[in-house]
Amino acid sequence: MTLSADEAARFAALLEEHEDTLVAAWTDRVATSLRGRLSQAELRRQTSELRRGFQQALSGAAQDLSAESAAELRAQLSELSTNRARQGFSATETAVSVIALKDAVLGILGDGASLRDYVAFSSFVDEAALFTFDSYVRVREELIADQAEQLLELSTPVVKLWEGVVAVPLVGTLDSARAQVVMERLLQTLVDTGSPYAIIDITGVPAVDTQVAQHILKTVVAARLMGADCIISGIRPQIAQTIVALGIEFGDIATKASLADALRYVLARTNKKVR
Amino acid sequence: MNGESQRIEVTTDQDVVRVRQLVRTLAVAVKLSLVDQTKVVTAASELARNTLVYGGGGSVEAGPVDNGRRKGIRITFADQGPGIADLDMAFTDGYTTGGGLGLGLSGARRLVDEFDIATAVGEGTSITVTKWCR
Repeated sequence: MTLSADEAARFAALLEEHEDTLVAAWTDRVATSLRGRLSQAELRRQTSELRRGFQQALSGAAQDLSAESAAELRAQLSELSTNRARQGFSATETAVSVIALKDAVLGILGDGASLRDYVAFSSFVDEAALFTFDSYVRVREELIADQAEQLLELSTPVVKLWEGVVAVPLVGTLDSARAQVVMERLLQTLVDTGSPYAIIDITGVPAVDTQVAQHILKTVVAARLMGADCIISGIRPQIAQTIVALGIEFGDIATKASLADALRYVLARTNKKVR
Repeated sequence: MNGESQRIEVTTDQDVVRVRQLVRTLAVAVKLSLVDQTKVVTAASELARNTLVYGGGGSVEAGPVDNGRRKGIRITFADQGPGIADLDMAFTDGYTTGGGLGLGLSGARRLVDEFDIATAVGEGTSITVTKWCR
């Protein structure tokens, strides 16, 4: 059920006429649902802005939210959900900020108002709430995507361990995307530092299955093509037994139990004394 | 199967990670040794990835089992994919149709205590594995 131009105009007038009562009642309801996590003054500012948005949309004879006169309102709603999402409010708490308008309007409607009018207005508010919901979800998804990207950056450092020795401490799950990042970083660092040795440490990898092994093997082969020797360290007893049972062969690649062993091995080969 | 078993739909790489986490939690709960935990988690990882890559996605159900004498963990991987035409070939070390190492299926069988496979061409594959506490 959509708003007729007539109804829209009536509600626009109503929103204007009862501005103060409406904003107060609306703010009250939102404040209850947010349990004091936003200040009353802040909420009041938000609701009176939204009220203005709704009024503008309705006086422009908006029959639904996609109308041109509702552009301002749409912008306000998406800003509201962006803020709420970033401040960690739930989807319900965000949508309630809009839905509460229905209760507030019901409070100021006189006895003469028709049910048909109210239902039409109500469905307009519902549409606005759904729009808020959608933008909320979109913002949250963007946040998650950003974090995943940051995590990918964070989790694959290549560190210089010694003159001519770089190390890649792998932590967590090594999927194809991360394996690719690790390989690129390692190869680039080999070029940048001119290191002849690279140590791949898998102490932080909880399970080494064939896919992980394959990624590591490919990285080692790529490093070799560039003239660097790779050592795999951090092979714990349970990982060693699992690798044997799986039948994975690391061939002539040197493997060590700990990063310290691997470094000692490299230093011994380069005849450096450790004091 | 006794005890609460849990089900995960496998349709993405992330689901394989969830399967691994679920199996690890269960393995810790039934007090498998650290080596056996790692083995069953790795087997689950291989088989869940097979379900995803070769079966085109499916479901994994995992739960604790108790045969009166010993406790353990049982996991079922089911898909409605193309099925496996030549089982002997599939269990050969190093044989792969997908560019992997060709050790996942055969390796997983060596990592667990019981391994049952039911497959038919065009109807999908169902694999049930069990790991007992020693």
